[in-house]
Amino acid sequence: MTGAPLLQLRDIHKRFGTVQALMGAGLVAHAGEVHALLGENGAGKTTLMHVASGMTAPDTGAVLVDGAPRRLKSPRDARAAGIGLVHQHFTSIAALTVAENVALFAGWDVRPRELALRVTALTKRLNLPVDPGALAGTLPVALLQRLEIVKALAGDARVLLLDEPTGVLAPSEAEELLARARAFAESGGAVVLITHKLDEALRGAHRVTVLRRGRVVLERRVEGLGAGELTQAMIGDAALVEEPSPVAFSVKDAARRVHVAGLEVARESGLGMAVRHASLGIRAGEIVAVAGIEGSGQRELLRAIAGVLPVFRGTREVSQPIAFIPENRTTEGLIPDLSVTENVVLGLGRSASWVRRGRLDWKAAGARTAELIAEFGVRTTGPAARAASLSGGNQQKLVIARAFERGPGVIVAENPTRGLDVQATRAVHDRLREAASLGVAVLLYSSDLDEVMTLGQRIVVMSRGTLREAPPGASRAEIGSLMLGSPA
Amino acid sequence: MMLDTGVLDGFLSAAVRVATPLLLAALGEMIAERGGVINLGIEGAMLAGALAAALGASTGGAWSGLAASGAAGMLLATVFGLAAIGARADQIIAGTATTLLAVGITGTVYQAAFGSAGAGLSLPTLAPIRIPGLAIVPLAGPAFFNQPVTTYVALLAVPLCWWFLFRTRTGLALRAVGESPEHARAAGVRARRLQFAGTLAGGLFAGLAGGTLVLAQVGTFAERMTAGRGFIAIAIVVLGRWHPVGVLGAALLFGAATALQFVFQAMGLAVPYQLFLMLPYVLTLVLLAGLVGGVKAPAALGRAAE
Amino acid sequence: MRVDSRAAGLLLPVASLAAGLAVLAIFFALSGYDPVAALGAMIRGAFGSWYAFTSGTLVRAVPLMLIALGFTIGLRAGVLNIGGEGQFYVGAVAATWIGLKLGDWPGSAAIPVMLAVAFAAGALWVTVPAWLRLRFGVLEVISTLLLNFVAESLVSFMVQGPLQESQHIYPQSDQLPVAARLPAFAGTRLHIGILLALSCCVLAWYVFRRTMIGFELRAVGRGPRAARVTGGLNVRRLGAIALLVSGALAGLAGGVEVGGVSYALYPNLSPGYGFTAIAVALLARQSPVGIVGSAILFGALEAGAGAMQRDAGVPAVAVYVAEAVTILAVLLADAVSLRRRDTVTA
Repeated sequence: MTGAPLLQLRDIHKRFGTVQALMGAGLVAHAGEVHALLGENGAGKTTLMHVASGMTAPDTGAVLVDGAPRRLKSPRDARAAGIGLVHQHFTSIAALTVAENVALFAGWDVRPRELALRVTALTKRLNLPVDPGALAGTLPVALLQRLEIVKALAGDARVLLLDEPTGVLAPSEAEELLARARAFAESGGAVVLITHKLDEALRGAHRVTVLRRGRVVLERRVEGLGAGELTQAMIGDAALVEEPSPVAFSVKDAARRVHVAGLEVARESGLGMAVRHASLGIRAGEIVAVAGIEGSGQRELLRAIAGVLPVFRGTREVSQPIAFIPENRTTEGLIPDLSVTENVVLGLGRSASWVRRGRLDWKAAGARTAELIAEFGVRTTGPAARAASLSGGNQQKLVIARAFERGPGVIVAENPTRGLDVQATRAVHDRLREAASLGVAVLLYSSDLDEVMTLGQRIVVMSRGTLREAPPGASRAEIGSLMLGSPA
Repeated sequence: MMLDTGVLDGFLSAAVRVATPLLLAALGEMIAERGGVINLGIEGAMLAGALAAALGASTGGAWSGLAASGAAGMLLATVFGLAAIGARADQIIAGTATTLLAVGITGTVYQAAFGSAGAGLSLPTLAPIRIPGLAIVPLAGPAFFNQPVTTYVALLAVPLCWWFLFRTRTGLALRAVGESPEHARAAGVRARRLQFAGTLAGGLFAGLAGGTLVLAQVGTFAERMTAGRGFIAIAIVVLGRWHPVGVLGAALLFGAATALQFVFQAMGLAVPYQLFLMLPYVLTLVLLAGLVGGVKAPAALGRAAE
Repeated sequence: MRVDSRAAGLLLPVASLAAGLAVLAIFFALSGYDPVAALGAMIRGAFGSWYAFTSGTLVRAVPLMLIALGFTIGLRAGVLNIGGEGQFYVGAVAATWIGLKLGDWPGSAAIPVMLAVAFAAGALWVTVPAWLRLRFGVLEVISTLLLNFVAESLVSFMVQGPLQESQHIYPQSDQLPVAARLPAFAGTRLHIGILLALSCCVLAWYVFRRTMIGFELRAVGRGPRAARVTGGLNVRRLGAIALLVSGALAGLAGGVEVGGVSYALYPNLSPGYGFTAIAVALLARQSPVGIVGSAILFGALEAGAGAMQRDAGVPAVAVYVAEAVTILAVLLADAVSLRRRDTVTA
């Protein structure tokens, strides 16, 4: 690795309001290297990448490309400097075609025939085939990600920033992506792989930088590095390795809480069936985790069981009360503008103790909310605080507290730890296990296969609308191939 | 019942004439809405354009009037834009307030400038310009090619808008903003600036539409003379599915429906005139309902960029 | 639209109204009218005497209160009904039609029937937009707006046709029989409709604050997806209910106006109450109690505008400038405070 690094971020400070996101953070990316940027959620990885890609300007610090300082005032500037960012949450516009999306990002001319040819040539060169004429909204997740990469590389990028790219992929697809990243590096480029997964960093990268609370705490070659050391750096505490859920001992004769047979559920858009034929039974005290790549029907399955989506055909018997924890806490779980108390009132509905004959006793609701906040450790100024003022982790704690308050027989949870740091994630896991030990049937879906394997006593896999149960003790690879639809 | 060609020609010609201001205003609003901004203030912009045309024409001739109408429309669009895009206020309410403002201003200024005598203001107008050759084509000829210059401007604007939206980078960027300002931003697009520009374009066209009413049709100004045409233009944008050709079709449809009353009169049918007054609005509602499914508005319509 | 803290609660509306009047004054000066004379005539017309206050300001506050309340209920549930003007007219038509038939009834029976019919007519008029919204996803903003124009044509048709006065000379209806007229307070033209309007405001306040359905409307307006997924609420149904109530109240306003003020139907019965009511509602920051004060303020503006035209020769329509600027000022202040709040909580 001779010569100036392709990209260097030096002593970056960035503050958003009262939160100091980055404090003197930095990164060096050399040609020919895959450099992992590791850190838990909220450590500042995405912010640092936004600085590198021109989306945010740092308060202080320098960005150097090929050794020379560059002012990146916009994503266009970054692209011109040869830096391409593949966003974690895709930025393609659904109503535009693939070609139009590329043209928009790359600043290309829009005449359709020339554009189509240019896009086809680009995708051929990168060996990432996508149909230029397809509407981005119709693409499956893996192709959408391909489009993101094509967009990032359209401007002859030499530095590729990949922000949490494997979250939406099946294990083998993730491997393929990491291989492509290595190939890109070997051909003379630099890759920065942003991830919170240790094993990706250890397997896929040459160097690693670890961020914690906005600061760099570790920066070295991957060779010889161990998982424990990395965990220590990421969390400052090596002891948080989680044990998988213990198998419940009295489940065999426990009451059947969920029973679905031959379930068919239509897609929310109305076009076609998301769940084709699912049969599943869950007893009190069991934790069943669903694995599947996005769009396989797990969302519809869970929602139909929770009673949020209608069943098209088949049997559905689920004991009440059901507590549903939706994936998106700020648009479906909570109403951010309303207070904590109001959100609790929303979640408990007319069967709550403070509702009598259509009349609401706000004092009682507020008092109970205060108790819940204390019991579940939700950090907030009080029951009257706006839900939007809570951090992600505390919002999720609130959602769970509310779910528990219903005294449910069944808990259905979608990606319950999305966007939460390790501490908060562990807290959620503990609560779910606690619920199961008290006899609640827990059904959850997670796009993080590790979480599925840690939490689930039973694992079922959704693939293309059909449900299959993984054999007990199945390995990661076996579950991965089930996710992709290959016969078990 | 035989309709002699005279009546048919008259009907078609009237249809195009009535459609012209609607087409102008709708094209402008379409541009704005493609950027994600719905501007109920174009009714007010049209009214302001009408008054400005009257003022301009009475001092400097028809062309001054037309220029003034465009400027007045843009001025009102600026007020709306500052509130809806600059301050990110609710677009519907900001638009309603803008129209209300225009009603108040135009009513007062009109009385101050022309006295409370009211009607009877005679202004230099834009006479129809016959395009030789094309005007002889049966049916379409007299309808489309013997109209004032404002109609030609409106018709030319259709392919121009199409080319802008689908063949230029700025048009693509505008459409992207209307679908998702956040994603467009990630692509480096100046979202707010584009939204504002689109809104100004909408104001310009709406103002010209008002100028058309005064200078190429009625020949005078009266308070609240736009009578909801701006709102119909918004409905025309929906009916035309935010596409220039669709907007043209919907506007012509409206023109035809409104011009129908002339046909009825010519045929001697006695129908209460209020029915014809109601017709454009009822027709709009029926047609809007008729577009079951498949109507895809710009996904971020109504949401101003950060 | 958010209900802000009590501290800012009163300052904002007053400041916005002041801004509206200030801009109006400047506008007068620019148009060649004497702002002092104009505003002076306005204030005298609104507050100059007990009679002016009751029979000018308060009388106009009644329909404003009712329509603004309807608008607010809709807004709370996320439904924008800007067809108050049309619903008002339809209520007026219905009230006139039934009122003319009830001459033989005692007042204690005729009046409630008349008002109930007006209430129902307003709801009926908004059924079309509600259905279009439910079934076809048509923006209620456009449909309610367009129906305003249809309603105006309907009035014109009625008073030149089926409801025209018996001499068939003027485009207006016969005068309502005494039994159908709302009694007025002695010495003024202020009728008991004001009590009805005030009761509606109080009832709305109670529903908003103390009942589950009042909360559900708020949830649906603030977070429809969460309301559906987490709260299990039927968002469409609640939105439709809010829309219907909103239309009904505007219709009621029309009936009250006919029964208490004009005693007959004619075109231009409303000087734009439907739109002024939007300003009233915004200024009141969606508080039913605030609507009472706000309606009185705008009633003053409207009464004053009439006096301004009579006494100072300034066109009454100018008052819309003040109303529009007031709305814009409230919108701006809201947006600014939202921006400030969002940057503090990172």
